Amino acid sequence: MLYSPKKAVLVFGMTALLTAAGCSSQDEAAVEDGTASGEASTSAEGGSSEEEAVEVDSDQIPVGILHSLSGTMAMSESSVRDSELLAIEEINEAGGVLGKELVPVIEDGASDWPTFAERASKLLQQDDVPVIFGGWTSASRKAMLPVVENNNGLLFYPVQYEGMESSPNIFYAGAAPNQQITPAIEWLMENKGDDIFLLGSDYVFPRIANQAVISQVDDAGGTIVNEQYTPLGHTDYNTIISRIKEEEPDVIFNTLNGDSNVAFFKQLYDAGITSEDIPVLSVSVAEEEIQGIGADVLEGHYASWNYYQSTDTPENEEFVESFKEEYGESRVTGDPIEAGYFMVHLWAKAVEEAGTTDVDAVREAAGGVTFDAPGGPVEINGDNQHVSKTVRIGEVQEDGQFEEVWNSGDPVVPDPYLENYDWASGLSDVLTDE
Amino acid sequence: MEGIISQLFNGISLGSILLLIALGLAITFGLMNVINMAHGELIMIGAYATYVVQSLFIDYLPESMFNWYFILAVPAAFLTAALIGWLLEWTVIRHLYGRPLDSLLATFGAGLILQQAARSIFGAPNVGVQSPALLSGAVEIFSISFPKSRIFIILLVTACVLFMFYYFYKTSNGRRIRAVMQNRDMASSVGISTRQVDSTTFALGAGFAGIAGMALTLIGPIGPTLGTAYIIDAFMVVVVGGVGMLLGTVIAALGIGVFNTGFEYFTNASMGRVLLFAVIILFLQWRPNGLFNLSTRKLD
Repeated sequence: MLYSPKKAVLVFGMTALLTAAGCSSQDEAAVEDGTASGEASTSAEGGSSEEEAVEVDSDQIPVGILHSLSGTMAMSESSVRDSELLAIEEINEAGGVLGKELVPVIEDGASDWPTFAERASKLLQQDDVPVIFGGWTSASRKAMLPVVENNNGLLFYPVQYEGMESSPNIFYAGAAPNQQITPAIEWLMENKGDDIFLLGSDYVFPRIANQAVISQVDDAGGTIVNEQYTPLGHTDYNTIISRIKEEEPDVIFNTLNGDSNVAFFKQLYDAGITSEDIPVLSVSVAEEEIQGIGADVLEGHYASWNYYQSTDTPENEEFVESFKEEYGESRVTGDPIEAGYFMVHLWAKAVEEAGTTDVDAVREAAGGVTFDAPGGPVEINGDNQHVSKTVRIGEVQEDGQFEEVWNSGDPVVPDPYLENYDWASGLSDVLTDE
Repeated sequence: MEGIISQLFNGISLGSILLLIALGLAITFGLMNVINMAHGELIMIGAYATYVVQSLFIDYLPESMFNWYFILAVPAAFLTAALIGWLLEWTVIRHLYGRPLDSLLATFGAGLILQQAARSIFGAPNVGVQSPALLSGAVEIFSISFPKSRIFIILLVTACVLFMFYYFYKTSNGRRIRAVMQNRDMASSVGISTRQVDSTTFALGAGFAGIAGMALTLIGPIGPTLGTAYIIDAFMVVVVGGVGMLLGTVIAALGIGVFNTGFEYFTNASMGRVLLFAVIILFLQWRPNGLFNLSTRKLD
């Protein structure tokens, strides 16, 4: 009674249907994403080099690459790994460094800060790499900082950050606050209005960055109408949006990080607030994030970076072309990806300058080293080990690319402690006193 | 007044999302007692299924049809997630019934495998799903705007809940499932194939997770780690509602939604969350079995 033949047939039919549906959708997926196979093979290489201690010939130099290739940060960091590998390949094709071939040793930080510290010390002690390219979040950098300092290693870090730091063993290729946030706020107050709503994820970068923003806005006579932080990974922004509607700010300055951006922008759009009503300027939304959020939702909002895929330089044309050729037509570049690319070149040039890969000699030689990066010329500042670079503000277009609406013209000299700004006096003392 | 109404709507809306992500878990964890840590990944599979359906529409069908992709996405998400859930049950979970700690670890592992699989197939970055024009923007009622996507989710979850009540309480399959969950030995001695009931029930729970994934594409990110953002909330709803009780899950989800947005409104997002968990801890002291409690004569 319970299992009549009719029902058995029905069950069988449904199972077959389910199987068919599952198979076809997976086939589609594989066809659709041409990058998948490429990505899989590179990570397989990384896996194999991870197990064996790396053996290099006398005409090879091992270099460490340490990014999160799994976990929540993998979505951003694996692309930086890709551009670093691209730079290494280019350098090798041009004859290597000091006539030696660079051999990447890839480690996975797994979006977990203690893992970053542990993998970094493995790279420095076991593999004896003269340099590590890696990190994304400030937490991962702060985890690696004592390791590179104690082992006298070298870390090149590719992402914009909150500033207030300068370690002799780290080179900062991302923007210092005066190369991204400070000019963005100036531009906003000049062009969009003085009532600013601050929204950020609840961790170190947004909170420190916003303290600087608050003193800057106060100094310039603007108003911070509200300051809100949401936990990392927060996905419901309805209440925040209600607040935004009540306060009616002129602009929103957005330091949300990661997936929260997707939720925030989608929900803001659904609530009927367009970029014409209240424009949002973000500091963590680049081309790759736009793909995940949807360009229709972001159109007309702004971002502040040092580089866009659309940046018009001959170097960038070449860079975008080889990046797409290597990793697939659907891939996009972006600021941290570009920084990852040029910082490998900067290190290589500093090594050529020093004539050795010895850390102290390279650090000594690095000051003043220049490179024509895709985003314009960059130069290592010997004093604070940051990089001079051009600041650009871009507006999101329909196709998911940025159109530059303002740039600083010349490269801006890095000022991680905001020493050249009166309103920031006293700020750095408070903030570095951790 | 406007503030209160829109805030109440926010609460109900958050509640409906919580309910949607918890419905599948109410079956796999609530009824079957499998601590299913891969539930979040089943949600993710539903979201990616929606993405695939959307891409197919963009590639093969005229633009005018695009708005209707989400109609097809509902069954696609349900079936794909149900299939993966069925495979998961068949390969792993059926060996672990009655061993909650083992199943916790095994399903956690299975979840990681599914995450990495999604990363290899679709790439690590988030993918974008475009909301159909029909569901983007807001409706204005008395100068209060209600986002259409939220209204759609409330309707969708209502339909799902009604279907589940109908299925569990009005059909013979549903009766069989309840019989097995309440007293496995007795059910099997009257001729019910408990093995078959287990696997279909789990697939059903997985399918509802898939539908949740489909709905989440309207409001949130779609990436390999999507599930991890929702798994804790899903368990919270089921535990507060009372394990094994559908009605409890519904009330708990709405309650948590309203309280959460309320706390957030009066403090801030991080603090609202802390207060919410404080209230839940106190509540579970008072009613350790949740809102509703299924009394059975089971000896275990």
